[in-house]
Amino acid sequence: MRARLLAAAAGIAALLGTTPLAAAPDNFDQAERGRYLVILGDCAACHMNPNGSNTGSQGFVGGRRIETPFGEIATPNITPDRETGIGTWSADDFYRAMHEGIRPNGARLYPAFPYTYFTRMPRGDTDAIFAYLNTLDPVRNPVDRNTLPFPFNIRASMLAWNALFFEPGEFRPDPNRSPEWNRGAYIVEGPGHCGACHTPKNLLGGDRASQRLGGGPLQGWYATNLTTEERTGIGSWSVEEIAEYLKNGRNARSAASGPMAEVVEYSTALMTDADLRAIAVYLKEPPAQAPAPAARTALVATDERMRQGEALYVDRCMACHTRSGEGVPRMFPRLAGSQVVQQEGNETVLRVVLQGVRAAYSPHAPTSPAMPAFGWRLDDEQTAAVTTYIRNAWGNAAPAVTAGEAARMRERLRDRP
Amino acid sequence: MRRLPRKDAVIIGLGWTGAIMGWELCQAGLQVVALERGPWRDTASDFNIGTAPDELRYGIRGELFLNNSQDTVTARNTVDQLALPIRKWGSFLPGNGVGGAGVHWNGHTWRFLPSDFLMRSHYLQKYGEGVFPENHTIQDWGVTYDELEPYYDKFEYLAGISGQAGNVKGEILPGGNPFEGWRERAYPTPPLKMQHAQNLFSRAATELGFKPFPMPSGNISQAYTNPLGVTLAPCTYCGFCERFGCANYSKSSPQTTVLPVLMRHPGFEARVQCEVVRVLKSADGKTATGVVYIDAQGEEWEQPADLVIMAAYQLWNVRLMLYSGIGRPYDPSTGEGVVGKNYAYQANSAVNGFFDSSHAFNHWAGAGSLGITADEYNGDNFDHSGLNFVGGANINCTSFHARPISARPIPPGTPRWGSAWKKATRENYGSFANVGSQGCNMSYRDNYLDLDPTYKDRLGRPLLRMTFDFKANEERMSAYVTDKMVPIMRAMGAKQIVANPKKGPWNVVPYQTTHNTGGAIMGDNPRTSAVNKYLQVWDMPNVFVLGASAFPQNAGYNPTGTVGALTYHAAEAITKQYLKNPGQPLVQA
Repeated sequence: MRARLLAAAAGIAALLGTTPLAAAPDNFDQAERGRYLVILGDCAACHMNPNGSNTGSQGFVGGRRIETPFGEIATPNITPDRETGIGTWSADDFYRAMHEGIRPNGARLYPAFPYTYFTRMPRGDTDAIFAYLNTLDPVRNPVDRNTLPFPFNIRASMLAWNALFFEPGEFRPDPNRSPEWNRGAYIVEGPGHCGACHTPKNLLGGDRASQRLGGGPLQGWYATNLTTEERTGIGSWSVEEIAEYLKNGRNARSAASGPMAEVVEYSTALMTDADLRAIAVYLKEPPAQAPAPAARTALVATDERMRQGEALYVDRCMACHTRSGEGVPRMFPRLAGSQVVQQEGNETVLRVVLQGVRAAYSPHAPTSPAMPAFGWRLDDEQTAAVTTYIRNAWGNAAPAVTAGEAARMRERLRDRP
Repeated sequence: MRRLPRKDAVIIGLGWTGAIMGWELCQAGLQVVALERGPWRDTASDFNIGTAPDELRYGIRGELFLNNSQDTVTARNTVDQLALPIRKWGSFLPGNGVGGAGVHWNGHTWRFLPSDFLMRSHYLQKYGEGVFPENHTIQDWGVTYDELEPYYDKFEYLAGISGQAGNVKGEILPGGNPFEGWRERAYPTPPLKMQHAQNLFSRAATELGFKPFPMPSGNISQAYTNPLGVTLAPCTYCGFCERFGCANYSKSSPQTTVLPVLMRHPGFEARVQCEVVRVLKSADGKTATGVVYIDAQGEEWEQPADLVIMAAYQLWNVRLMLYSGIGRPYDPSTGEGVVGKNYAYQANSAVNGFFDSSHAFNHWAGAGSLGITADEYNGDNFDHSGLNFVGGANINCTSFHARPISARPIPPGTPRWGSAWKKATRENYGSFANVGSQGCNMSYRDNYLDLDPTYKDRLGRPLLRMTFDFKANEERMSAYVTDKMVPIMRAMGAKQIVANPKKGPWNVVPYQTTHNTGGAIMGDNPRTSAVNKYLQVWDMPNVFVLGASAFPQNAGYNPTGTVGALTYHAAEAITKQYLKNPGQPLVQA
């Protein structure tokens, strides 16, 4: 019936020489653009219901606790509920929050909300997001927004922080670069806020600008280096491989897991192919070259840790990751030449071995295979040996892992799994 | 009893057939709920590589099988005996939980021969009425191989089966099975790598005039992404397939092929530890209106649904039909009725070979379907004139495990315990090989299923009663085929050969095969079959009964490939025809 009515309406519109869309006073296009920008911004990963539900308004009800070096921050409800959400906000208010990190009441937001990146978004884009959020059903969900301990609970302190580390301003394209590169730059530096995780932080939580996208510890993982460095960065990845990784959560080399698995599921897997390619093009040609890393030398195969590690690897790991460390493309990650295992920090390798991990889900690659936990069958010394081995076998080279580091990761996983 | 909101379809059991049907119905836009009486099981959560190959837990104590205290069957050989409950599985091992027996199977994935589907008319035409055994109830399937070919193909490509085609569109290909029915295209993945035993068998059988070929395998030889986008990994030859879940994503199962997409489908819902008690019927008895089930807390629910899909294991489909009063129960004294009729099993045999210690068979580096097969004596691939039996068996040589508890290959006469037993184990563990046969089983008037008059389950329902024995036809077939296997073993070089052809009476204790078939058989006539060629119940058109319960008799192959093909065949009939005229029979009686 509805289809017939629409068809009839279209017929009348055709007779009148106009289209129903042009005649309609709604803002469908704007809201739809906002919906896609929300995907680019991966808003759901932080604002979704802590119970894991993210359909419709549930992706924006807030309450999820985000771990920061200064304590946990619960994310706000950004559905249009008037009391507990942003139902009373104006588009101006929303732009100010996104652009300057300031709430309508003047209070400062913490940069766990990445306004330091969202500030690159033009007004048209924040308005579109605001329009989209206003199409959601309002959900009442009060969230305690003041969970940080003293002295970080003093929001006014962000004034000084902003003066040091925050440079507001919309994205300005580089006229000497292609539109594709500029699109990638906008997504990475703006809504995509890749550096929020992948740029190492100083003691005050500000980006270390000189190590842009250089990778660093994050919530008990190690966010990988996204510079063009060959060994630990994406220097040896092709544009196609980067785009495939972002779309499917895996490629022939690697699989996304941990916090990046959420980025894939809620954000990059839902982006257009053109945008994924643009991101890859930009990452492959960054505006500034990363400083050359110090040369690394692999531990020798006769090193006792390597011998023990190899024996454990053959017994425990080889069935999936294969003797040569090649793995099984798109199922079991390749370890030989892997960026993940050769990061400066060993957090991710230790965590995955001790706790196990499930690879990202993407609608384009739904298998989402898992690696089981080995923490119950490897002690700290064995864990150190096997991780040292995979970091230094097959041409890999990375600092050895100590039993003490394995013990600390085990402790951390006990407290905050 | 509380009544739940209506669904378009309720699926009873979430194994291979339930998962495939669930996906197909969801793709057609239906709201589907699957009720599974066992637990949730998934590779990531349940088949940890550190614990999955635990022989005591899974192989001996049978954690993946239906717990006998939840449900079992009674068994007897003849109608004049008192059937007793099977309190510990032996002869066969019914699965349980999400994935069903598709979790713990070996992965042998066959197509039945074209003549298998015409078991009555083909043999009648070729050999005359006299070839059939006494008291047989052999029937044609009501569907032909040609009709099923596209659906075999669909299942094999879903599951990523590894094999070598023998007949692509009529062209006989070297290295494949020259007897197989035509196939539209080759297998999706190449055969597994063979072991020493298969190489010996291949050489010996070829010398003797056989045409051996790799067994089609659901243990996948290389990484494969199926049409649903789900990826399997290559088999690692760990030797823990049958009775175990696969930790390496390399055995085809609902978990590794369908569930990753089905569980995320917005039209699909699975409820586990929910046991369907009975199917509900309308007042006139012509339509099913839904099911009653009991959840893990013991609470009873009514789930109304327009379409009822019975996708439980063969035995439980039949029991649920009998208990719910769907279809006319079979009566062996008159031969009338259809539900419970034509229960069949399989008549398998073995030829064991003990070799000298220079042979290292290393069966522990095996896979459920790592094998070479020869099909010269299967079905009607050979002339049955004057043989006094119908049917046949495939002959195979597999290396599927050498597990520490159960792999004890010792020659006859060895003591069952003590130092002599240990010594014999040590001497023969590595130098033992086996040639087996997978034999057909015809259907007979007095091999059947009904409700037990004495024993009840924990919910007060009568247990299913099996009345079954091997008959002279099967014993003669097995003796004949086993005789053909001995020379192969001799040519392989065994120094001692022990042949064990199948002989009755059927014993429920030693493991034989989990290929129980029949009881809700398909056919072209409601007088002689329970379901039509689309597995639709003749006199209750909104009920479909999937699985090996539809086989009118059993062939000399493992059933899963045919079960998969019949499921896809039924699914297409439902989505393309039935849903246009719901409630109507797809075949006029």
